Amino acid sequence: MKRSIKTYAWLLAVNLFISAFTFGGGYVVVPMVRRFFVVKKRCFSEEELVDMAAIAQSTPGAIAINLSALAGYRTAGTAGAVISCVAAIIPPLVILAFVSAFYKMFVSNAVVAAVLKGMEAGVAALMVDLIMDMCVLIVKRRSVFYTAMIPLAFIANFVLGINVAVILLVCCFLCILQVVYRKRKEK
Amino acid sequence: MSVVWKLFIAFLRIGLFSIGGGYAIIPSIQEQVVEKTGWISEKMFTDIITISQMTPGPLAVNTSTFVGLQIGGIAGALAATIGCVLCGVIISLGLYRFFQTHRQSAYVLEVLNGLKSASLGLIISAAFTIILLALYGSRDPGADLTAVNMTALLIFGVMLFVLRRWKINPIIIMVISGIAGLIFYG
Repeated sequence: MKRSIKTYAWLLAVNLFISAFTFGGGYVVVPMVRRFFVVKKRCFSEEELVDMAAIAQSTPGAIAINLSALAGYRTAGTAGAVISCVAAIIPPLVILAFVSAFYKMFVSNAVVAAVLKGMEAGVAALMVDLIMDMCVLIVKRRSVFYTAMIPLAFIANFVLGINVAVILLVCCFLCILQVVYRKRKEK
Repeated sequence: MSVVWKLFIAFLRIGLFSIGGGYAIIPSIQEQVVEKTGWISEKMFTDIITISQMTPGPLAVNTSTFVGLQIGGIAGALAATIGCVLCGVIISLGLYRFFQTHRQSAYVLEVLNGLKSASLGLIISAAFTIILLALYGSRDPGADLTAVNMTALLIFGVMLFVLRRWKINPIIIMVISGIAGLIFYG
């Protein structure tokens, strides 16, 4: 019991921390979760993190919160998921309640703008670092099908601007087709 | 029906029908709170997006919180934020358990593998947008690829090198790049 309270407290603290340092979109949460849950505490493996990130992204809502909930659930069950979600929404609530009182001043503040501009480049570096590791995980499985799906999804979304839900549905459909085809061949 | 309850229902709908995270959720928030209900003016909404990007926290959560604050105070902020994330969290957990219990099925396993690849492709897509914003200050840099912001490129390059070499804490990266921004741009 004592240990689980310790786990809950850790989840609360780590999610407060992650949320307070999430700038530039929810995706930054993936490297943060990796750092705290995978590298430091070894709550789950890198492979499992990729599973969770895929699920968090394939469901509606905020990716960052979905991922926090999954990491919390994996670490400490349903209570862990609830604690993680609550912790993740507290910092925005407190900060925005404060900022909204004088937001005009905040928006035109040069210091805030300079810090954010610097952080933008930092976020870009974090994303590239994460992508490099995740690509290695998928490519080393030596499946042409799953390796090819990475650039295809990228092109569909970034170049062609196809809706995310459509991309994910087509992807599921192709995977099922592939299994059906393979099973037929085995027969 | 009280305004807090209305906010909760509106954001429940927003959270349920927008897939793909922050930038995918914003258009549906706009539709609900600006176009449909007129709770927030067009100008105000633009300001809300700016602030949400400038303050820490996931974009979808920030935008919901701020819209809720404007319409219904702290209770409104809580109603909007919880409404926005509730469906996604429940569906994520359900899907996770489904994948866990049906791992022996080839179909389920392969679909999960496919989703991993596709979602990595989508993360790369988001990263491209972030890189363009950081280096060119716009999502669409146009033809002139030499007009890169050298300071941003420098911060990006050094941070990436440090990350690859020493695998340091992302929060330290955020703090250092923020300080670098303050020094170079301030």
